[in-house]
Amino acid sequence: MKVLFSVTLCLLLAACDGGLWNNPYPTADDGKSILYSAFTERPKHLDPAQAYSENEYEFLALVYAPPLQYHYLKRPYQLTPLAASVLPTVSYLDKNRRPLPDKAAVERIVYSVYEIRIKPGMRYQPHPAFVPANSLRKLDGIASLADFAATATREVTAADYAYQIKRLVHPQLHTPIAGVMSEYIVGLKDYAAALQAASRAHPDGFLDLNQYPLSGVEVVDDTTYRITVHGKYPQFAYWLAMPFFSPMPQEVERFYALPGMKERNLTLDWWPVGSGPYYLSENDPNRRMVLTKNPYYDSETYPSEGEAGDAEAGLLADAGKALPLVDSIVFSLEKETIPYWNKFLQGYYDASAISSDSFDQAVSVGVSGEATVSEAMQVQGIVLNTAVATSTMYTGFNMLDPVTGGNSERARKLRRAIAIAMDFEEFVSIFANGRGISAQSPIPPGIFGHREGCTGINSYVYDCVKGLPQRKPIAEAKRLLAEAGYPGGVEAKTGQPLVIHFDTTATGMGNKSRLDWLRKQFDKLGVQLDVRSTDYNRFQDKIRRGDTQMYFFGWNADYPDPENFFFLLHGPQGKVKFSGENASNYSEPEFDRLFEQMKNMDNSPARQAIIDQMQEILRRDSPWLWGFHPKGYVLQHGWLHNIKPNIMANNKLKYWRVDAAQRDAKRREWNQPVHWPLWLGAGLVLMFAGWMGWVLRKRDEAR
Amino acid sequence: MIAYLIRRIIYAVPILIGVNLLTFALFFVVNTPDDMARMQLGVKRVTPEAIEKWKQQRGYDKPLLVNSAANGTAKLTDTVFWQKSASMFVLDFGYSDDGRSIGREITKRMGPSLAIALPTFLVGLVVYVSFALLMTLFRATALDMAGVALCVLLMSVSGLFYIIGGQFVVSKLWHLVPISGYAGGADSFKFVVLPILIGVMGGVGSSSRWYRTIFLEEIGKDYVRTARAKGLSELRVLFTHVLKNAMIPILTGVVVVIPLLFMGSLLTESFFGIPGLGSYTIDAINAQDFSVVRAMVFLGSVLYIVGLILTDISYTVVDPRVRLQ
Repeated sequence: MKVLFSVTLCLLLAACDGGLWNNPYPTADDGKSILYSAFTERPKHLDPAQAYSENEYEFLALVYAPPLQYHYLKRPYQLTPLAASVLPTVSYLDKNRRPLPDKAAVERIVYSVYEIRIKPGMRYQPHPAFVPANSLRKLDGIASLADFAATATREVTAADYAYQIKRLVHPQLHTPIAGVMSEYIVGLKDYAAALQAASRAHPDGFLDLNQYPLSGVEVVDDTTYRITVHGKYPQFAYWLAMPFFSPMPQEVERFYALPGMKERNLTLDWWPVGSGPYYLSENDPNRRMVLTKNPYYDSETYPSEGEAGDAEAGLLADAGKALPLVDSIVFSLEKETIPYWNKFLQGYYDASAISSDSFDQAVSVGVSGEATVSEAMQVQGIVLNTAVATSTMYTGFNMLDPVTGGNSERARKLRRAIAIAMDFEEFVSIFANGRGISAQSPIPPGIFGHREGCTGINSYVYDCVKGLPQRKPIAEAKRLLAEAGYPGGVEAKTGQPLVIHFDTTATGMGNKSRLDWLRKQFDKLGVQLDVRSTDYNRFQDKIRRGDTQMYFFGWNADYPDPENFFFLLHGPQGKVKFSGENASNYSEPEFDRLFEQMKNMDNSPARQAIIDQMQEILRRDSPWLWGFHPKGYVLQHGWLHNIKPNIMANNKLKYWRVDAAQRDAKRREWNQPVHWPLWLGAGLVLMFAGWMGWVLRKRDEAR
Repeated sequence: MIAYLIRRIIYAVPILIGVNLLTFALFFVVNTPDDMARMQLGVKRVTPEAIEKWKQQRGYDKPLLVNSAANGTAKLTDTVFWQKSASMFVLDFGYSDDGRSIGREITKRMGPSLAIALPTFLVGLVVYVSFALLMTLFRATALDMAGVALCVLLMSVSGLFYIIGGQFVVSKLWHLVPISGYAGGADSFKFVVLPILIGVMGGVGSSSRWYRTIFLEEIGKDYVRTARAKGLSELRVLFTHVLKNAMIPILTGVVVVIPLLFMGSLLTESFFGIPGLGSYTIDAINAQDFSVVRAMVFLGSVLYIVGLILTDISYTVVDPRVRLQ
């Protein structure tokens, strides 16, 4: 008992470090330039060749420095150099590799050559892989990277960028874009085959990618390299802003390939090595991940120009300052929304999204629909930022289905009737707290091709009233349904009620209200909706086999270009026939032709005109119910500066600045411990013990 | 006793094979290797070639249970079941489907789980037994009735309520401990104190009622009357005599869970951000990571068997009449 008491006392004393009792961070970190954030799911991959998810890019975009990035402040989204010294120059060649003028017709362009010049003098984060002796030593006593006494850095070279492109088809890696890039980068398909053969010949050996030539990638000198792609592919520049095209030093791959590394969980997929503003100094995704400022990062400053209003909003106050603006970023694992939200309110997170549970507490929606922070949040100095995501959440029809699919006028009318009946404005209002806008087409706002006002309205589903979309009356939907051969929801030929099957992964009580809402929409037409809830695997399987009538899906843009949305409806991308991304298996020759024409064009009025035609075809055919584009709501504390929503930039945290002194003061103000419950509890225990002793003594005396 | 233990360990082998087989069957009834590959590779731009490659690299391209194309013993050994199961019997758990060493992960997560589970178990045991003895001491009085009513009340409340309520009151309103998080060493105290309190609180109702029943059964026996007749105080009778004689049923429920403390608690760890083993299995099931699922089920089975053996041994300690043969 004495030992237990002593241990408890020691722990209590150790816990009393003079800081706030409920502070989850060490007191020594008070006043430091640290940004506190959270993650809800551990990233699967941190290898830039394999990572593709948003939660992975949250880290990788700050660790790696690909050639390009999205400008933090300017809108619409535009590319700007990151590791590149200037934007890549593109030259076009004909089939004989003779130069073509910049304005050459697309049909004549057989190759496009991207020449990329990187900034000289950029260096990698400190890492043991850059110390040659570390690759020779035995790993006894090594459990983590910190156990290597010596670390070093080296200059980033163009060869490192070329090496990473080769890694995209490494036989041991799973690069999501390997297929796409093999179609475009000259020689990459053959290069992949050569690596496969080499890997089969020496399955356990280190595969030296530099032993094999890749014709489409040429290293000109230490700071220049060229990538040759087939045809004209303007979207290629967007890929250059993704971690797939980051530099990778070969010695790092060799280092991690040493015997015993994998057994110690020391892999490139877990411990990235980059030349970006931060490096991953702590990686415990069960608890927290910490990014620390790369001491060798000195190649970038805060932008000095933005769009109108940015200067007035204080977004240019740090113009010209060296990036990043905070020394480290601590990401803590928060699986549950309630602790996350409460810690944000206590000041232990600097920014937070808003869950549905907390929405009413956080946000007030005015009579005209504008969202502001609630009074309680205003008192705390919390600010709200909103932005429409470059995403679309849609409900698709399977175009191979004999009832809902096909290009007949009957099927179109049926789909359009359902499109009118499905009131997505109501859906967004009920289930997303108004955080979204109903979609008029696949293209969200902020992407070239999206049109505002009456010209951007889907006239098959909406009327334009005072410049705003107004859903057509349900009578119109009923009329279309009758013309489709289902008056009142009953098939005229057979007299059988029309039953539509809807496949979804939504199951359980939590989704019941959504599914009930869906049924209600179909009830308006007298059509029966059969909801087939299933698990994710079965759902994917049904989609692959085309064994569905309707389904719910979403898409986040890889890059801000209409091609990245329209390809989801491109015939040769059909899921059933070609295992592509067109889950609706929509195929319309005219649309496909226009897509081929549009995808290689630069943004211009001519491209807009083609997009308008494509939109019209899609709206007429209605292979999707266009659904809605979600709107992101982010709350931030007053001590956080330089916040401007940027959906495309994953590396935005490097621009953020924290006023640590203000944060500390506020935390102290909000989190003073309340002592009386402890005294009360101790008093009650003592009183009870005394009373019990008295009763027992009485009892014994009575005996 | 040695012979008994050896026999129990030998019995454990077919049990573990059976558990493994059952886990394997249940997992692959729900998930195919293709599903697992898709889950790992994500939703966007996944090609059939990528799926095949993923399966090949992790050995899921083999037949599940019997390889009819192979010869001799390879018919059984060149299968997913054999490749994924055999090594576990020497406690080599291999790698998760995302390439991490499972053994290292378990070792790393075990500490935080124990930091919560062990104190919860020990403090809980003391509190539950003391509370039950207190109710027994005041049996058939208003205090006993109030205690039983309190137990029923506490049993009726969901564990989630304790967690959310505890976080709200203790952390959010009173600012006494962090809402969630974890740190190693002595710093862990402020993070684990609330989960431990809540864990203890959550078990008071059911455990105390159960122990009270046991003690009430004992207290009517002759040796208790004899002890009282000797003039021993009521407290001495309860804590020295009744408690000792009630140990067998208590140990039956208690010792078996000791090894399982390593496995942690899903709900508590999830809400308090404790990086323990509690969520490891659930995360693996959600990620369709068979390598982790089968390792954790196997480990759980081993620990359960160890717990049962320890329970048997503990009987011999508290009751000299018990012999293990």
